[in-house]
Amino acid sequence: MLELKSLCKKFQSGTGNGRMALEGVSLSLQPNDFVTVIGSNGAGKSTLLNVIAGVFPVDSGQIIIDGQDVTHLPEHRRALVLGRVFQDPMQGTAGSMSIDENMAMAFKRGMRRGLSKGVSAKERDCFREKLSSLGLGLEDRLQEPVKLLSGGQRQALALLMATLSQPKLLLLDEHTAALDPRTAQEIQELTNDIVRRGSLSVLMVTHNLRLALAVGTRTIMMHEGKIVLDVSDPERSEMTVSDLLERFHDARGERLSDDRILLEA
Amino acid sequence: MNLALGAVFRVLEQGLVYAVMAVGVYLSSRVLDFPDLTVDGSFPMGAAVAARLLIGGVHPLVGTLLAPVAGFFAGAATGILNTRLRISNLLAGILTMTALYSVNLRVMGRANVPLLRTGTVLTVLQEKGIPPTISSFLLFCIVVVIVKYMVDVFLRTEFGLALRATGDNESMIRSLGVNTDSMKIVGIGIANALVALSGALVAQYQGFADIGMGIGTVVAGLASVIIGEAIIPPRSVGMGTLGAIIGSVVYRLAVFLALRLGFAPTDLKLVTALLVIAALSGKSIKRGIGGERRKAARNAGTEISV
Repeated sequence: MLELKSLCKKFQSGTGNGRMALEGVSLSLQPNDFVTVIGSNGAGKSTLLNVIAGVFPVDSGQIIIDGQDVTHLPEHRRALVLGRVFQDPMQGTAGSMSIDENMAMAFKRGMRRGLSKGVSAKERDCFREKLSSLGLGLEDRLQEPVKLLSGGQRQALALLMATLSQPKLLLLDEHTAALDPRTAQEIQELTNDIVRRGSLSVLMVTHNLRLALAVGTRTIMMHEGKIVLDVSDPERSEMTVSDLLERFHDARGERLSDDRILLEA
Repeated sequence: MNLALGAVFRVLEQGLVYAVMAVGVYLSSRVLDFPDLTVDGSFPMGAAVAARLLIGGVHPLVGTLLAPVAGFFAGAATGILNTRLRISNLLAGILTMTALYSVNLRVMGRANVPLLRTGTVLTVLQEKGIPPTISSFLLFCIVVVIVKYMVDVFLRTEFGLALRATGDNESMIRSLGVNTDSMKIVGIGIANALVALSGALVAQYQGFADIGMGIGTVVAGLASVIIGEAIIPPRSVGMGTLGAIIGSVVYRLAVFLALRLGFAPTDLKLVTALLVIAALSGKSIKRGIGGERRKAARNAGTEISV
């Protein structure tokens, strides 16, 4: 499904000394793998998602999605197989456009966009049905601009849009971190639902260690641009948050305080 | 016709013919969030192309419809400078505008081309038996209605949605597989096609094309868009284009009244600039301190288009 081969990415700082954001990251995902990604700030989690999506190129290494080498493809050419939800609910939707227009754009992910009607009546019915499954009452507000929605509603819509055209790979970048705890939990449950229904692989970045173990099938931990821990079920299901910290300590051979990894909950 | 009434009628004609330009500026400044200065060069370009073709004996309708084609390429050039060559949006527009000054002179052959003895779209209408007193008004009404309808429909197509999203949330629509660079090139092209069409009509309406007729076009267009937004809140695409059209008419009316109040015609650019400054600063005063933070977060180039 997803194959990453020794990815390296260096960011140039103003002084000429670059910072290695990714240092030989290799990872292989099977269909239906739901991987949670944890690590301290600056560990390279977001960079990893960005290079997979093609926001910026890698310095070396290879990215293969669904058998196709996409290493040198620009972002918009990878979109067909990739769904993405960002931390900021504003980032996943176009605020000045209506709910149905936003969904119509997501529906045509990666397809040629011509001069036929942006939202057909048939599509609108389909969107209404999908929206009603969220249970947020959005199905009655199809024509309203998205900017009138709350952060949680916008994120739910962004999540629905990211998975509307059945991508092979879903990238979630702390997509519940900017929401209040209750809404965050609802969006997380919604995520689990959607993932369970469609057969797709998921990479989910989170700062919440408990969540990282509670959802998904596999957990990787990053530190200074490297993957330092990679555990899958059933081994993972036995683990606790303190085990996770312990394993991190073993892997790195250094003491890691709880706040460095930003333990929430 | 009563003299005062006749004057107001002329103002209405002007408002409508410049409304086509205002809709173009609405497309670039509002839909694409791109402060496009190409307009000051593409407006006289439309006039120059139409004038040259009409003088050369081309049918006025064909000459008028070829002007927007030239305008499209002018706008696309700015789009390419900005997206492919990574030149900032403001500078890209200034570069194209400057280059167009020479291009327009080449096209016209001299600084001013009178059209009084050639056939124009207006004389074509008059030959069909439409009285000269209403032919301009009638023509401009028809053109504005067609342009508004076509732009509204276009912005609701699949392509149009992607274009609007490019101005609203570029990273999001790129993640949905849209090449936003191409969107900007085509979008700025279409905006300048409308501006050039307006220029071609204005030249035939006033009876000449002049190299200097583009100065201040973008500011007048922005003024129209801003006035339109104040009158009609742009809740939908249709209201946005309608606002630009009404704004253009109201703007020409304001210019007319300014002249009546005793301003010299040469002072009008100053008056227009002050009007736009007043409208823009009114917004930032309302925004207050919270606005400062937002302003810092946004990039300096796009702030100008607010």
